[in-house]
Amino acid sequence: MEETLVESPRKLDDAVRLSDEHALRYRGDFPILDRKVHGKPLVYLDNSATSQKPRAVLDALEDYYTRLNANVHRGLHTLSEEATNAYEAARERVARFINAPARSLVFVRNTTEGINLVASAWGRKNVGAGDEILLSVMEHHSNIVPWQMLARETGAVLRYFDIREDGSLDMDQADDLITERTRIVSIAHMSNVLGTVNPVEAIVERAHDAGALVFVDAAQSVPHMAVDVARLGCDFFAFSGHKMCGPTGIGGLYGRPDLLETMDPYMGGGSMIDEVRLDGFTCADIPEKFEAGTPNIAHAIVFGDVVDYLSAIGVEHIHTHERALTDYTIERLSEIDGLTVYGHAPGRGGAISFNLDDMHPSDLSTVLDRQGIAIRAGHHCAQPLMRRLGTPYGATARASLYFYNTSEEIDTMIAAIHRARNLFSA
Amino acid sequence: MEDLTIVTMDTTIEEVLEDFEYLDDWEERYQEIIDLGKKLPPLDDAYKTDAYKVKGCVSQVWLVPHVAGTLPPTITFDADSDAHIVRGLVAILLMVYSGKTPRQILDADIEGIFDRLDLASHLSPSRSNGFRSMVKKIRSIAGGALAN
Repeated sequence: MEETLVESPRKLDDAVRLSDEHALRYRGDFPILDRKVHGKPLVYLDNSATSQKPRAVLDALEDYYTRLNANVHRGLHTLSEEATNAYEAARERVARFINAPARSLVFVRNTTEGINLVASAWGRKNVGAGDEILLSVMEHHSNIVPWQMLARETGAVLRYFDIREDGSLDMDQADDLITERTRIVSIAHMSNVLGTVNPVEAIVERAHDAGALVFVDAAQSVPHMAVDVARLGCDFFAFSGHKMCGPTGIGGLYGRPDLLETMDPYMGGGSMIDEVRLDGFTCADIPEKFEAGTPNIAHAIVFGDVVDYLSAIGVEHIHTHERALTDYTIERLSEIDGLTVYGHAPGRGGAISFNLDDMHPSDLSTVLDRQGIAIRAGHHCAQPLMRRLGTPYGATARASLYFYNTSEEIDTMIAAIHRARNLFSA
Repeated sequence: MEDLTIVTMDTTIEEVLEDFEYLDDWEERYQEIIDLGKKLPPLDDAYKTDAYKVKGCVSQVWLVPHVAGTLPPTITFDADSDAHIVRGLVAILLMVYSGKTPRQILDADIEGIFDRLDLASHLSPSRSNGFRSMVKKIRSIAGGALAN
């Protein structure tokens, strides 16, 4: 791969060259990237759906089950004590990664569960008929449906930020949309379709002035940029481990401790109680109050190794190099006649959606797959945004990058897109 | 809505299977599938409604069955998709299933045929393109006709 990089036909600018060097330094950590698909080297460009896992994470998983496996928070034996310590140490590490206190970090399955938890446990207690919940048209279904469920139950009203032509959030609407009726604003930190990074700090300021809370769906941002919940000032913040080199089924929900303390539990069961009598129960302290039942111990502990792995690389480096590769990808895609890239907001991230003429994204993705290239085709769980963008077939193709991707892989994808076009126009 | 003329393709599944024996790279096979799709007469827009839509995620598929009152009944299908490759696959399905009796439909070895065409992955559950659902739907229509 190093050699072909040198032979690359176009002269890469310094930022892309550095991004490639960075990618090649870490690519070897990911065994799956050596795979072949349909006889071709895998080009994995579906990172917004899920990322690949480095050897360090695979080893940590094996280590847990080989050396440490026991249930947490209940045994007095050595293994249980060690597993509990590892579990709580992982909480500390993951919390530190987003600059939050450990007790404010609830282990959840994924971002979706984090949103549902808050919509249910906070929403049912704090949202009533006529109250407003503010979202945006670019939200993932996960950040729409739980609020729609809450609205259906309480009679609350959903309102939506629109987007501007370049795919950025239309903050000019903030004055109209954020009012004293607004109870919560729930917004994606980074769009999984447009790559837009939303101005969370500005939204937090406006919302707090109006007495509303802010939930940040950080599924697409935490893997790709340094985040600091204290600086963002948000009230809730959720992210998924599997999109940031971790295993599936583990994620984090940050909640302002004073809010978590007043919220009812989301699920009842073991671990979340202080005391149970036949006529009632009292809750454990936060965050255990929200972790009923045996948690995903193994993956929570490994989540700690995941953030250590990313911290060792440096999330700010990941961000810088991905920005360069994102610019390169958009530039190369834009050279293709009839190709539309969605989302041109300044500082956008590497989830890059596009359509080619009237080719169905499903056709494009199928033909790219035959050439070893994994992209996503579909509505990306953002049907309202597809309607808003007026995409043909209500869908787009999407290439999404991570720090192990190279410009050579982008070149391979571009060549494959040309080949697909020839196939369909033959 | 006017009655659809029942469309039969002039290519048979046997011919397709034979043609595919000579196509050794994926590009030629996909070209063939796309061409089969182009030969499939487009479905009247009036039928492209939710009632005839087969549930799928990425591309849309519509399926309109016609059960003839003969004994045993024969079932013909008109179908379409908004994606070219799926349209071609739909054309292959119609060659196998359309104009057949319920028993013939239920007995057809669709997995075997798609295996021989090296297209088996299109029947896998992860291809949420509605195509697999279409096979299920055709089989359930045949099952229903058989029960009557």
